[in-house]
Amino acid sequence: MEKFKEKKFWQKWNLTSPEYQLICQALNREPNELELGIFSVLWSEHCSYKNSRSLLKRLPTEASWVVQGPGENAGIIDIGEEELVVMKIESHNHPSAVEPFQGAATGVGGILRDIFTMGARPIALLDSLRFGNFQENLTQYLYSGVVGGISFYGNCIGVPTVAGETVFSDSYQGNILVNVMAVGLVKKGEIVRAVAKGVGNSVILIGAKTGRDGIGGAAFASVQLSEQSDEDRPAVQIGDPFTGKLLLEACLELAQFEEVVGLQDCGAAGLASSLSEMAARGESGIEVEVSRVPQREMGMSPFEIILSESQERMVVVVEKGKEDRVLNTLKRWDLDSAIIGKVTEEQSFTIKDRGHQVASIPLPSLVGGTPVIKREAKRPEGMEKVNHLDLKEIEEFEDYNQILLNLLTSPNLSSKEEIYQQYDYLVQTNTLIPPGDDAAILRIKGSKKALALTTEGNGRYCFLDPRQGARIAVAEAARNLSCKGAKPKAVTDCLNFGAPENRASYWQLEQAIEGLSEACRFFETPVISGNVSLYNEKEGKSIDPTPVVGMVGVVGDYRQVCSLAFKKENDLIFLLGESEEELGGSEYLEVIHKLKCGVPPVLDFEKEKKIQNFCRVMIEGGFLASAHDCSLGGLALTLAESCLANGLGAEVELKSDLRSDCCLFGETQSRIVVSISPTYYEKFREAALGEGIPFQYVGIVKGNRLKINQWINLAVSQLEKSWRS
Amino acid sequence: MKFGVVQFPGSNCDYDCYYAIKNILKAPVEMIWHKEKEHNLKGYDCIVLPGGFSYGDYLRVGAIARYSPIMTAVIDFALKGGLVLGICNGFQVLTEAKLLPGALIRNECLHFICRQQTIRVENIDTPFTKLYQKGQVLKIPIAHGEGCYYADEETISELENHHQILFRYCDARGEITREANPNGSLSNIAGICNRERNIVGLMPHPERAMEECLASLDGRLLFESIVIQLKQRQRRKFCPET
Repeated sequence: MEKFKEKKFWQKWNLTSPEYQLICQALNREPNELELGIFSVLWSEHCSYKNSRSLLKRLPTEASWVVQGPGENAGIIDIGEEELVVMKIESHNHPSAVEPFQGAATGVGGILRDIFTMGARPIALLDSLRFGNFQENLTQYLYSGVVGGISFYGNCIGVPTVAGETVFSDSYQGNILVNVMAVGLVKKGEIVRAVAKGVGNSVILIGAKTGRDGIGGAAFASVQLSEQSDEDRPAVQIGDPFTGKLLLEACLELAQFEEVVGLQDCGAAGLASSLSEMAARGESGIEVEVSRVPQREMGMSPFEIILSESQERMVVVVEKGKEDRVLNTLKRWDLDSAIIGKVTEEQSFTIKDRGHQVASIPLPSLVGGTPVIKREAKRPEGMEKVNHLDLKEIEEFEDYNQILLNLLTSPNLSSKEEIYQQYDYLVQTNTLIPPGDDAAILRIKGSKKALALTTEGNGRYCFLDPRQGARIAVAEAARNLSCKGAKPKAVTDCLNFGAPENRASYWQLEQAIEGLSEACRFFETPVISGNVSLYNEKEGKSIDPTPVVGMVGVVGDYRQVCSLAFKKENDLIFLLGESEEELGGSEYLEVIHKLKCGVPPVLDFEKEKKIQNFCRVMIEGGFLASAHDCSLGGLALTLAESCLANGLGAEVELKSDLRSDCCLFGETQSRIVVSISPTYYEKFREAALGEGIPFQYVGIVKGNRLKINQWINLAVSQLEKSWRS
Repeated sequence: MKFGVVQFPGSNCDYDCYYAIKNILKAPVEMIWHKEKEHNLKGYDCIVLPGGFSYGDYLRVGAIARYSPIMTAVIDFALKGGLVLGICNGFQVLTEAKLLPGALIRNECLHFICRQQTIRVENIDTPFTKLYQKGQVLKIPIAHGEGCYYADEETISELENHHQILFRYCDARGEITREANPNGSLSNIAGICNRERNIVGLMPHPERAMEECLASLDGRLLFESIVIQLKQRQRRKFCPET
């Protein structure tokens, strides 16, 4: 045992000396290698949130419609008519950086298991992706690998990938972000908990056999990537969507059985975390016999069996003596299963190998006893310089035709069809508004209701001002949903940041969580689940802080939804909201002027909510022909996208004293471009005036050219050519 | 009259087909489990092999499903004249089982492709297409990685000569062009039938184009054609003199 101490063995496991002391205290002795390995993964940031937990407490998590907040595999909200929505977002950044295809594929598999673990049928996937410079060969490799991996897993398992974002920026060079969100439906009263209780009840491991893949993956996810990371490829797991599909169907059957006490996914940290967390939730203990675990390889040690992150495995706790129906169901689905242990009274995690005890850890210290680390936060140096932007120094142009075409060709604003066409976004036949719009809309079969889903996050805004960037991410997600006719209901968040030991990164995290809290509180969209991914750096350089907001909204009547496409000649185009002289942090500044500076746009919560509500009411009343959130690329891009969707042109005259570039490409918040049939004009106007909504008539849908003042005059076909190039 | 939807492990459009037949078509339908070796499919009038990734599509698409226990009964049912419809992965299984000629290989673009697709009705002289009009342009989504129809020249000309090509990929105006072909299929072939015209396979998903809210209704007539055929058959059975 002394040898551990001398060599500081725990450092290899990313544990600190004080943490090692705590472990010794909890055990009342020094741990053996297996026990140390278990502590290492469960006390990693990925599993314990030890660095972020104190900050995460600030997030609002409650509302009358929240059935399950953070703490379970996924969050749940009640949307009425006995229907519950389950959702969660998770990162798979580091595995995807090392092995993009499998990293992304297993990210999809893992998040789906979080959903069906609770007894819910997954109905949608969304992915929020960040890559480095588009021109780099490495980026091309990572990009096609990640898209291929999502396509491979999601398509095969039969869950539609309906929305998401793909952003390219130098800041993610060497540390890409792969955040995957899943949404499911379950009937009220049919939720299954991930709990182990009832002394003597059987613990059954089901699904794939356990192999040596992904050992220590959770710990790997909690350190910085380096040149050596490629050697960590064995820490990346291999996905098998076919087994995943069998597991999904089998688990949904098991969820209906009364004798099933609890169901838990074997995700990060494998059996180590799934067994200990289940037992901790049930205030029980678990005793497991590793020799009973079905193994893929010969001669696996208890350490390898317990810490393996082999995919497509679940743990189910079944009432003692009633295992047959469960085992038969699994057999029917051709899934391996084995009773590997039992629930015990004493709250400890006991591991045996052919009868000999090889580990025994008190659960309260393993699961609840992670030391909470309060880090020091400090605003990064040089923010004044970064936030400086003098518009007088920015050249204005007479003619913006080529600039608009350049923007449409740029990787962040061009068509994402090439990506989402590789995903089956239609399977399950619920997709009413497919990818490519502000949000996806999915009907709920057997109900009049529909769900609206979106993800949103702007790393550049957050780099310039993490708090404001996070506030905007929430507001924009809500606007995306409102533009489609949905009422925002809840959030799942994925916080992608640099190392918390770095005071600047920690400051960014703190600020962003503050911003998320304020906005989620204001928009009444509690955070019901989420994930924290720290250590997103390569060679000491941190990514732009990137909180990604996944949001779900509810549409009362699925027939009253609105897409972004202009529908008919002579429809009138209005801008809800007002443009300001803002260019800070805009896509325009970065793409055209190569500048990443200034401050993000101002956001007035009250005004934002008012405009969103108005837009939603207008859609519910059937008055709008189209509605499109005005965001990245400003008004010009918004108009162009509404034209491109149906190949219709628009004649627009903006009356404004603002600079031409601010008018066209400024990213002022709280703006929505809508088109309406002339017959509804009076009603629309009356309602807007009555509600005190700022609105401006800007033009009409007409012909096949987009004309904006004297600045832009381009054929839609020309726009399309650039957009799709 | 009763439809049966076969559930292979890895099928993922099984419920979509079931829903389309039961809730939209309002016709009787049951799921059929792949392991039922002794199943003789008695009482069924049309068997649907749905889309998905049967057996993970390991080895080769549809290759393992073809040896699934239920396939013995499906082949028997088909050879006796029962109506069999293979959609997407189901089409792949039918070619592997040699119930339909040719093969479906990797898309020319080498990746999965999901989109709304226009196809042209080439032949209406089958129980599956009788309610369409020849030359009608349909909007029906595709979603596949291995949908490139391939066969030797002789087979293709046989298909042509016996009017077995039912659907071809086309542009919005109904022109059969290279650009309109999403996967590199020979002769833009999207769907075919056997010479006896009771077995049909197609890559597009008609079950995804059955409702107003789903962007297209064009898949509906395919299922309605089957229903009409089956009803006529029933009538003949019970009133042979008419």
